[in-house]
Amino acid sequence: MEENRRLSKRLRRKRLGKRVSNVYAAIIYAFIYVPIAVMVIFSFNDQLNNYYWVGFTTKWYVKLFSGSELWGYLWNSLVVAVLATIISVIIGTLGAMGLMRFEFMLKKVINSSLYIPVIIPEIVMGISLLMLYQICNFPLGLPAVTLAHITFCAPFVVIIMRGRMSGMDLSVEEASMDLGANRLETFFRITVPMLVPGLLSSAFMAFTLSIDDVIITNFVAGPYSTTLPVKILSMVKMGLHPDVNALTTIMIAVLILGILVNNLVQAALRKRSMGTVKTYF
Amino acid sequence: MAESIVSLRHVNKYFGENHVLKDINLEIEEGEFLTLLGPSGCGKTTTLRLIAGFEDATDGIIEVQGDRVEDKEAYERDVNTVFQSYALFPHMTVYDNIGYGLKVKKVPKEEIKERVREMLELVQLMGFEGRKPDAMSGGQKQRVAIARALINNPKVLLLDEPLGALDLKLRKQMQIELKRLQQMLNITFVYVTHDQEEAMTMSDRIAVMKDGIIEQLASPREIYNKPATKFVADFIGESNIFSGTVIEINGEEATLETECGCCKMPAEGFAVGDKAHVCIRPETIGFSKEPVDGFTLKGQVKNMIFVGAVFRTLVTMENGYDVKINRVKYDGSYQEGDTLYFYWDVEDSTGIRDQEVTNG
Repeated sequence: MEENRRLSKRLRRKRLGKRVSNVYAAIIYAFIYVPIAVMVIFSFNDQLNNYYWVGFTTKWYVKLFSGSELWGYLWNSLVVAVLATIISVIIGTLGAMGLMRFEFMLKKVINSSLYIPVIIPEIVMGISLLMLYQICNFPLGLPAVTLAHITFCAPFVVIIMRGRMSGMDLSVEEASMDLGANRLETFFRITVPMLVPGLLSSAFMAFTLSIDDVIITNFVAGPYSTTLPVKILSMVKMGLHPDVNALTTIMIAVLILGILVNNLVQAALRKRSMGTVKTYF
Repeated sequence: MAESIVSLRHVNKYFGENHVLKDINLEIEEGEFLTLLGPSGCGKTTTLRLIAGFEDATDGIIEVQGDRVEDKEAYERDVNTVFQSYALFPHMTVYDNIGYGLKVKKVPKEEIKERVREMLELVQLMGFEGRKPDAMSGGQKQRVAIARALINNPKVLLLDEPLGALDLKLRKQMQIELKRLQQMLNITFVYVTHDQEEAMTMSDRIAVMKDGIIEQLASPREIYNKPATKFVADFIGESNIFSGTVIEINGEEATLETECGCCKMPAEGFAVGDKAHVCIRPETIGFSKEPVDGFTLKGQVKNMIFVGAVFRTLVTMENGYDVKINRVKYDGSYQEGDTLYFYWDVEDSTGIRDQEVTNG
């Protein structure tokens, strides 16, 4: 009897623990998603200010699509993010390759200095880039913003790609050359395809970092090349209107769609990694 | 004598300060199965990588089919490699892996198809062409790696411990299969392994390496029966080695005086006063309760172990050296603690010059 009661006590304790951990998880998710939900809901609010609910409307979306100035800023953001992503992924991947495969002086210094742009306060980086541009007489504007974004994205790419490459078997490249492929062919037929997962995740990382950067961009954008987040921040001072909510709601929708597509693609790739059903003979 | 298909002449290789290959001279004959055998770090894999073109010799000449190849890149050399880790392309199917060598040579698709099919049949993997390497077992991957390396019809196939990752049973099976392939295709195989049994099973000749030097290059039989150095005697199979000084030569037989007594060995090549080792295999060493003429070595039976195919007895000599005796079965004539005297047929033993002395 005694034994049984003790056991059930233990079970009860376990059950309670499970309940507590569920609540804990729910709270965490709430912290993340409730603000986003509020923002989405208020994009349908029939009121100019974002303070209390008045009634349902889609007029902010209508306003947005009938020629809002916000699209221009979004366009700036996208141009910068795409360029910064492509260039920083190329630079970062080649950099990681060099760091992984060659021995040279200062390698240790370079390896550890990679983390400086990662940990340095953005405000410091913004000021230093602004000073640099002024010293070099480089005009502020979208090219300056793009360069700045490449600067802080590239180290992340190097760090991600370095991790990926450390698990890569270099004898695969030797096998390719052994079979008659020169270095260039080997790079494009073997190395790049093997690095695709790493390239994708570092590209996502770079794109995300670039598209929501405010502080550094604020310093180097100049008056006519503001990006969307910088613009939104400046609008806060005047009072945010729900058309911003509408735009960000659309962006979130696109993002969710992107994640879904990504998951589908990944699942398909996993399936394919086991082989194809294609007939060869 | 057959034509040399690969020659290494006075090849040296340094990794930084580390002298890993010391003046290697090696002539590999066309169509032979040559094994580079040695413990890890002996330079066997480096030798293979020099032939393949993945490493550059610090100096020396390497010829493949009579052409110097030191300045040729790996992709310009007429040799192919089977890697220890298989090194299959993970993003390609078996078909694309095997066909890769032809694809980069811009061979027409129809011909690639034909050749890949032949290769799949050769390594008995028909039906696997659509698989990716991740979905295959170690043995299957190994077959793909072999097929991939053979599709270019190389004159020489280099194999770097290709069976190292397989379990014992599969390894034995693949050994026989590799030997069959080599004989059927009549290709020169240069095989690297640290497994002496594997080397004995497959090779026409074995180059035993140690510390960047080829200690002996000979047929498996000769290496086993007439080891040229103490290291070879120890590394290939099991040996009992007694060291001492030659004190008497009587026709074909020499008498060696060791710290624990005297024994006999072949006299050929030795003079009185030479330092020498005599090597006698555990299965041919004789023992008795009484000293045999010319032999005074003795020891106490320490251990009797049944190891499956053989019955092993360890006999400890006065200086602590354990003499190994292997027999098919225990004859019951001795017990633990008994004193046994050793003797052998001089023909069964091998005299080895003491290198530490001759080399200074």
